[in-house]
Amino acid sequence: MKPNLILHVVSKFLIPLIILFALYVQFHGDFGPGGGFQAGVIFSAALILYALVFGLDAAEKIIPSHLLRILASLGLLIYAGVGVVALLLGANYLDYSVLGSNQIAGQHLGILLVELGVGITVAAVMLIIYFAFAGRGRE
Amino acid sequence: MAVGSIMIDILINITLLAFLAITSVAIVRLTNLFATIMLFGIFSLLSAGLFVVMDAPDVAFTEAAVGAGISTVLMLATLALTKGQKKSHEEDYEEKPSRAHRPWLPLAVVGITGAALVYGTWDIPGFGDPDAPAQTHVARYYIENAMPETGVPNIVTAVLASYRGFDTLGEVAVVFTAGVAVLLLIGGKRPKSSASLKGDGGQDET
Amino acid sequence: MDFFTDHYNYWVVIFLMMVGLYTVISRGNLIKKVIGLNIFQVSVFFLYISIGTVEGGAAPIITEGVELYSNPLPHVLILTAIVVGVATTALALALVVRIKESYDTIEEDEIHELDHTL
Repeated sequence: MKPNLILHVVSKFLIPLIILFALYVQFHGDFGPGGGFQAGVIFSAALILYALVFGLDAAEKIIPSHLLRILASLGLLIYAGVGVVALLLGANYLDYSVLGSNQIAGQHLGILLVELGVGITVAAVMLIIYFAFAGRGRE
Repeated sequence: MAVGSIMIDILINITLLAFLAITSVAIVRLTNLFATIMLFGIFSLLSAGLFVVMDAPDVAFTEAAVGAGISTVLMLATLALTKGQKKSHEEDYEEKPSRAHRPWLPLAVVGITGAALVYGTWDIPGFGDPDAPAQTHVARYYIENAMPETGVPNIVTAVLASYRGFDTLGEVAVVFTAGVAVLLLIGGKRPKSSASLKGDGGQDET
Repeated sequence: MDFFTDHYNYWVVIFLMMVGLYTVISRGNLIKKVIGLNIFQVSVFFLYISIGTVEGGAAPIITEGVELYSNPLPHVLILTAIVVGVATTALALALVVRIKESYDTIEEDEIHELDHTL
């Protein structure tokens, strides 16, 4: 029996559930507790668990570092971009009412997009920070 | 609401606060850094429980994920990267019993500041008072109008993403900046220990 | 007695704040200082959330049949503050790692000595 057999089996079972829970928290942030920040942190916790159990090299095969940097900027650009789209449609910056057919639909769409941007950036940045710390010890 | 459930609320509140106070005192007094970081994880989890008791599930979510998750993992990684070249394994994680001078000055500063703060809370409205000024001005507008104006039942998400959207934009920018800064500081590989200050200082002393 | 049950929450929070502040100013190890700073931050969050609670209120998520809600504004403020706090902690720990690589120690008085003998 390998020394880490229990860890491998249990984490293979848990990691997909954690990622699913992160997606649930992200998209149900309107109707229950949750939102972008919590979802981003939980998603990065799943991948950090994978990196802890299976090694940093295996985790970097799943998400390479350059992709993480692109994702971190992408989330911030989505957030700022929603504001610019509102500007182009004639309203104030980050005024979501003009994004949909009526005010409620526009607000709902705007909040969804903005929380998505927040979640992507927070997940990517937490992973960048962890990979930087864990990769510093390698010779 | 029955008196019994309010009593249980107060009891849970007192118990969690007592545990928090004991854990924080233990964090100060212990010298083993590994044990301190573990106790910090417990502190974060207890504070997440206390946030739930105080009717703040969003905040509890974030505090549990961030405090007991990310912060503890990063501190453990820092501890692993800052091990000394000591002989025994236990000595690596010990904090030196430093401080040649006595702890009276920090204790005095902390005591005076604490006394001034307690004096300041003498006139604060009671805990949970529904007529306190904090509950009557702007909060009432948000509670009544968040659902009709945005169609989102979670008032905290509505305020965070729509009413106070600029603040959240700034916050995402802060998180992004922190990521960039950490990448710049420790993104590369550790350099071979050629130019460390201790080496030069040791040569000067001998 | 009423005064005590109305205010003991704030006093315990102030005690936690002072424990965190004491850890920052009196311990020499840099990681201990960062932990003390985090304790201080969490106790400040407690203070804000305590101001925002309403006795008998529910979480600020609109549901059928609930009339009294807790104040949602401190929750928003503290959510932002928690995330900014973790960003600050990550940056402080990165600085500790670099200090260790330069000075080979993370005790504050040894760093002070090394700076003076240079």
